[in-house]
Amino acid sequence: MTEQTIVNIGPSHPSTHGVCRVVVTLDGEIVTHAEPIIGHLHRGIEKMAENRTYLQVVPLTDRLDYVGSMYANWAYCRAVERLAGIRVPERAEYIRVIVCELQRIASHMMGIGSTGADTGAFTAFMYAFAQRDHVVELFEALCGARLTYNYVRPGGVSMDLPEGWVEQCRAFTAQHPSAMLELDRLLFGNVIARARLKGVGVLSADDAVAWGASGPTARGSGVDWDLRRDDPYSVYPRFDFQVPLGENGDSYDRARIRLWECVESCKIIDQALDQLEPGLVKAEGLPRLLAPRPGDAYDHIESARGSLGVYLVSDGTPRPYRMKVRSPAFCNLALLPLLAEGHTLSDLVVILGSLDPVFGEVDR
Amino acid sequence: MTLLWGFLWGVAAVATIAGGAILGVWWERKVSARIQMRYGPQQIGPFGSLQMIADVPKLLFKEDIVPALADKAIFKYAPLFVFGPVAVSMVVIPFTAGWAPLDTSVGVLFFLAVPSIEVIAILLSSWASHNTLSTLGGLRATAQMISYEVPRSLAVLAIVLLAGSLRPLDVVAAWRWWWMPLTFVAFVIYFIASIAEMNRGPFDIPEAESELVAGYFADYSGMRWASFMMAEYGAMIAASLFGAALFFGGGWPFGGALGVVVLVVKAVLIMTAIMWVKWTFPRLRQDQLMSFCWKVLTPLALVQLVVIGVVLAWL
Amino acid sequence: MNINELREHLCSEYPDLCPLFSVEFGDGVLVVEAKRLHDAASDLRDLGFDRLGMVTAVDTGDEFELVYRLQSREMHAGIFVKARVPRDTASIASVTDLWPAANWQEREVYDLFGITFEGHPDLRRILLTDDWVGHPLRKDYEDDRIIRRPDYI
Repeated sequence: MTEQTIVNIGPSHPSTHGVCRVVVTLDGEIVTHAEPIIGHLHRGIEKMAENRTYLQVVPLTDRLDYVGSMYANWAYCRAVERLAGIRVPERAEYIRVIVCELQRIASHMMGIGSTGADTGAFTAFMYAFAQRDHVVELFEALCGARLTYNYVRPGGVSMDLPEGWVEQCRAFTAQHPSAMLELDRLLFGNVIARARLKGVGVLSADDAVAWGASGPTARGSGVDWDLRRDDPYSVYPRFDFQVPLGENGDSYDRARIRLWECVESCKIIDQALDQLEPGLVKAEGLPRLLAPRPGDAYDHIESARGSLGVYLVSDGTPRPYRMKVRSPAFCNLALLPLLAEGHTLSDLVVILGSLDPVFGEVDR
Repeated sequence: MTLLWGFLWGVAAVATIAGGAILGVWWERKVSARIQMRYGPQQIGPFGSLQMIADVPKLLFKEDIVPALADKAIFKYAPLFVFGPVAVSMVVIPFTAGWAPLDTSVGVLFFLAVPSIEVIAILLSSWASHNTLSTLGGLRATAQMISYEVPRSLAVLAIVLLAGSLRPLDVVAAWRWWWMPLTFVAFVIYFIASIAEMNRGPFDIPEAESELVAGYFADYSGMRWASFMMAEYGAMIAASLFGAALFFGGGWPFGGALGVVVLVVKAVLIMTAIMWVKWTFPRLRQDQLMSFCWKVLTPLALVQLVVIGVVLAWL
Repeated sequence: MNINELREHLCSEYPDLCPLFSVEFGDGVLVVEAKRLHDAASDLRDLGFDRLGMVTAVDTGDEFELVYRLQSREMHAGIFVKARVPRDTASIASVTDLWPAANWQEREVYDLFGITFEGHPDLRRILLTDDWVGHPLRKDYEDDRIIRRPDYI
């Protein structure tokens, strides 16, 4: 064994997907130990929430997973609705499903694109981002924002779908699966990409469960667990969709599953648009200042990164007594030391990318 | 007198590379944009062609940062030694039938040998930066560039064997169109090994943006950084020109000034192919890169040599 | 599995845990004593709760309430385990040996609440810097950068 080198990857580094620092101990090029140092983006959102009214917390949840804001909005709103006993109109539930599946596409495009960028295939990144841009434009038409939407609100959504939006959305879902096939050929069909991703960072199904991994990270290892199907919430039981599973649990499976999830999301969106009926988009008779009865409630949804839960404690005042976000990216990132050991420095970057952490959510 | 000529050719080579790098960057930005469904530069000049002219003063005026812990003298002058060998290697390229800036009987050897000095400069710059990522990049670059010398030289040897001369002008004069199918494998090997030599994607492992940020030149800024950039484009231009001259007959079927134009067109096609490869493929890992060199390219180059030997014996 | 089936299953397998089980907002909650937490968690894991979803704490004023969220893939059910520890000697057994997932989550609780987890392999701050003073999610945490927002909407 040669002398070990300690290399700091990050906090500002093209492949840390935000501000993560990984202290890597290298033996030549082989990683003997990798320790993620997180918290560079810690804004204390859980503490800030204790100082805001229930409605004022919604924009804060946008800033958690900033490439998947709709999820955090929704998870938070579901917890509030559970606490305050609000019934959400059906149309609002459908709209939430549609925007969240669109958000899944947008977020996965970021994830797949950065897998491409991490391995040096920048063109795959651009192809993925072209698709993401379509989704972001749909969101812009919907709520005026391209990144932090603040769209899902306790009791429903902030506003109804604009005129012509459904047609735009259908046009998107019509072209998206074929674009995904093209991206699949471009990135995952490439011989070098296969060599770079296959067998790198293998996560066994048992480890995935024990370490609390969720979402594509767990499903890549063959853990058949998707909250949309296994703990159904909202109107998901009414849709017919598949949950793609990986076999080997390597970076290739983790990254590629995201691609098929996008195709499944398109199916869900199409079905939801078919079933969408006119109606209210926000529960009527909500007080302007929500003050739920004392107690605690937890609710979780399947975000692009895994099961995203929000735990709320109310003491009867208009502000949450305690808010805790169970962030899937945080739990998935804890796997990095386990997965990276014994691989090269180049693989470490690929493994980190395949876990697809978003540091707004990891650090909160 | 010879010294004066040498100096003048040196200046011409540097000017060619600088101009070529500017055009090359513009062309690459356009080509990569097309590949990625973008437009690329389009605001300054026709089709954005003056964009790089605008970028050069920006690079010139940028602050020249020397890290506090760097070995200052080596850090400052290493870029010169990266750029120099590439410029020097340009002088033996047979631009048209019967004319090369420097007509020497060992021109092919010269072209293969001189740019290899770049390895030392890269190692110097990476070491002088006093940065773990740079050092890793420099070590990777050294291993890669030395290894890929072998298949590259063997591939060029195929042409030398056919022509029976190391003088580039003789090679171009002896070139026949049927050499193209015969030496196709050699050209592919030359093409791949040249990409690896100039550290471009998919072999940009030493500078691997996503892992080592920019590898051996991560700490450079301004014009010193630009000389690494120019060296890369210079190597690309030189390899394309030399490849076009050796494997595609230089100015064939024309001579004189028209021959130069034909050579440049051929070289631009090769350059575009290099860019196309870069913007399509992901990056290899260093162990895969090494096994590809020693287990695939080198044996293949040797087989090509044997085939050519058999053909020559049969003739 | 709905909440009543879960209750029956739990009572038949582990009768001593049965009286601690209650239902709150549609979720099963098991309130245990702090010193029995590790045993209860171990029993629940054997019962089929193979995933540790969340570890967190709530500052109730005089005590800390630790909240564990467990999930079962086979039973399609979730359960809360709650335990209270006194404020001045806030300490509880770590469940890292049962679920490695607890590693970072317990570090986070340690970081933000100052609750010590006995038997944790690597109990350090995780989100805040190592030299941070205090534990911000405690209700008595003072920082002049925290501005109390007015009550208007």
